[in-house]
Amino acid sequence: MSYDLKLRIWRGDATGGELKDFVVPAEEGQVVLDAVHRAQASLANDLAVRWNCKAGKCGSCSAEVNGRPRLMCMTRLSIFPKDEPVTITPLRTFPVIKDLVTDVSFNYDKARQVPAFTPAADQPRAPFTMFQPDVERSQEFRKCIECWLCQNTCHVVRDHDDNKPRFAGPRFFIRYAELDMHPNDSVDRKRMVQETQGLGFCNITKCCTEVCPEQIKITDNGIIPMKERVVDVKFDPLLRLIGRRKQQAPPSP
Amino acid sequence: MPNEEAYEHHDYDVVIIGAGGAGLRAAIAAHDAGARTALICRSLLGKAHTVMAEGGIAAALGNVWPEDNWQVHFRDTMRGGKLLNNWRMAELHAKEAPDRVYELEQWGALFDRTAAGKISQRDFGGHRFARLAHVGDRTGLEMIRALQQRAVSLGTDVFMELTITDLLKDGDRVAGAFGYWRESGRFVVFRAPAVVLATGGIGKSWKVTSNSWECTGDGHALALRAGATLLNMEFVQFHPTGMVWPLSVRGLLVTESVRGDGGVLLNSEDRRFMFDYIPEFFKAETADNIEEADRWYDDKTNRRPPELLPRDEVARAINSEIKAGRGSPHGGVFLDIASRRSPEFIRRRLPSMYHQFKELADVDITKEVMEIGPTCHYMMGGVEVEPDSQCSVVPGLYAAGEVAGGMHGANRLGGNSLSDLIVFGKRAGEYAAAYACGLGGTRPRISESDLASAAQGALAPFRPGRADENPYTLHQELQDTMQDLVGIIRVEAELKEALERISNLQARCQNVAVEGNRQYNPGWHLALDLRNMLVVSQAVAIAALERQESRGGHTRDDYPMTDPYWGGLNIVLQLEQGTGRAEGSQELVVRRQPLPQPPPALAELLEEAH
Repeated sequence: MSYDLKLRIWRGDATGGELKDFVVPAEEGQVVLDAVHRAQASLANDLAVRWNCKAGKCGSCSAEVNGRPRLMCMTRLSIFPKDEPVTITPLRTFPVIKDLVTDVSFNYDKARQVPAFTPAADQPRAPFTMFQPDVERSQEFRKCIECWLCQNTCHVVRDHDDNKPRFAGPRFFIRYAELDMHPNDSVDRKRMVQETQGLGFCNITKCCTEVCPEQIKITDNGIIPMKERVVDVKFDPLLRLIGRRKQQAPPSP
Repeated sequence: MPNEEAYEHHDYDVVIIGAGGAGLRAAIAAHDAGARTALICRSLLGKAHTVMAEGGIAAALGNVWPEDNWQVHFRDTMRGGKLLNNWRMAELHAKEAPDRVYELEQWGALFDRTAAGKISQRDFGGHRFARLAHVGDRTGLEMIRALQQRAVSLGTDVFMELTITDLLKDGDRVAGAFGYWRESGRFVVFRAPAVVLATGGIGKSWKVTSNSWECTGDGHALALRAGATLLNMEFVQFHPTGMVWPLSVRGLLVTESVRGDGGVLLNSEDRRFMFDYIPEFFKAETADNIEEADRWYDDKTNRRPPELLPRDEVARAINSEIKAGRGSPHGGVFLDIASRRSPEFIRRRLPSMYHQFKELADVDITKEVMEIGPTCHYMMGGVEVEPDSQCSVVPGLYAAGEVAGGMHGANRLGGNSLSDLIVFGKRAGEYAAAYACGLGGTRPRISESDLASAAQGALAPFRPGRADENPYTLHQELQDTMQDLVGIIRVEAELKEALERISNLQARCQNVAVEGNRQYNPGWHLALDLRNMLVVSQAVAIAALERQESRGGHTRDDYPMTDPYWGGLNIVLQLEQGTGRAEGSQELVVRRQPLPQPPPALAELLEEAH
């Protein structure tokens, strides 16, 4: 059943912008991205929006729909009342480039800081012998499609730009966790994630987990275990006694 | 007129266009070979179409079936391609795929495991043994992340959201590439003696497609305009199983793993109709009764279920069932795994399919059947390359992955695409680096007039006085044309009509006008992509008209049989200076070229008996 859908889409650039109203025909089974495409093709050819797969697999079409961070391609129009406008705004945590497109380079900078998977030098090269239960924990984190919704929603950086240099964000905490839990990785990332990547800033409010379109248990399975592992190495009473390393306070939020 | 110094410019040895599996692997290889390397992608890094690959990477690791080896993989690939493959590429692919898979593991990829702790392998159509290394049904994501993380850790220079519009040449040789930043619309010039095309496919010219917006045939078009040749462009793979409902997701891929893991195809009469469509060519290796087919999953001494025939066969069969009125309510057929495997098994092996149907179609695939139908999926044809080096006929121009032709013949087997990317991505990167680094002081130079015309071409849609054609409307008309007239089943009259319509669209494309400015302007981007889509669509239609037989991904209603004459020929296309048209115009010229024949030792492997 086709109906007239009211859309309010934020249009503008780094210098400012505003919500613009569009009315487009909507069909049964459509998602928000269909409606945005319809507006683009017929009413605003230069409307900027990122998208690729339209199947929830690439993580490109992230935006805030009625204030909630979502993938537009996986958000059915049927979840909204037909007589109310659907409001679409760009991710708030990142600087706007144009319309719904934001500058997400923050995330790619953080990705470059992660030391790559490093198998022990004295181990034979792949193929490795690894069993399913040994790889399963890391596999959960490798489902991440890098949509940056968790990074966008995390309150540590959402309204505090100044935290960005010291904070890698949930996506990268599970990347560190993934490598830390990899059966064949030989690098100790626990101190790094605490001391330079800002794991201590996280006070486990689980906002990241709630918005993850891949349903990765970011907080419970990634961040909390990493915090525990950090405590194990940093606050080990035995190590303290022999004074192998001076303990540092975690950075305060 | 602005010169090259007036634009942002960069100097490299090797420039790689496209950052999917092939581009990333080429970048790693070129870097390892000591070349200064640039990796260019139209989207953000890690979003390329590779990410959508689901089922797995075909490689004869022999982890599940020790009987498997490269010879069997080679045989399966060639027979799946209806023997029109470039035999040397198929040989290199089968031999090198295992090492490329292990390399991914060495770089951090985490594949699903066997009970013995090795990389697990799953069954797929046309493969004699369970051969696909996989991670659930998100293998493409795993591959792109492993490669992306490796390339980033090597410090590769990545240019994100940058589109290349023209290749630049110095005489016969490649001299660089010209493009624009999507974000600002500003032009960029790359000076480089070697360019690797890794731009993927062309599926966005069809209406029902599994392809993302990026699959506009840029690399095919860039190659043509640079003087390279395209091979066998008539072979377009329609994947048998795309979603058909709701319309919003029509064409979205449903992985072949559903069938590999036990799913079957049913018509409206609840019949496993694939038993009615076993072709002569595959009779000896295909089960003709349900009992044997069902035993095959656990005992490979049985013959393969007909649901796992190569994709061209299955897509045609589904098409016939629908035409015969035995389809599903929304114009597909049924795919059933719910009645054949436990809910736990389905959710573990096919998590993203479960999620996709649940979220987008309100269908629980552990309880209900899926409705599916064919969707445009993959281009077997592509840039003609030398098999070992992946070099085109233009010195310095290389192609790897879907944009390259030859490897898959008339039809690609599932799983052979991901392995193709890493085998030939590596080769292209290495050979491009060796070529560039071996040039010494004789590096090519870019001419200012070429730069000026590239800039002019890119800005044309902004020129005032154009007739206000909407690029989105033209794109839609092209999609309708290709869908209706150059689809699964083709016929001379329709192909001719398609060519007429495409040429009409090309004329209208000259009048596309875009609104707004150059900053992140999708209307402008599409206007430029359209030029590529149109010339590549034209190439497909011309090649399809030329080949008067049915083989693999090319079915002619007016020539329904496979013909040995055509089995010995490649169809090659090249842009040449036009004769009858306006001055300066170029037209596609078609040529028949003998297919290279494998040496006797390899030819023996291809015999029917196995």
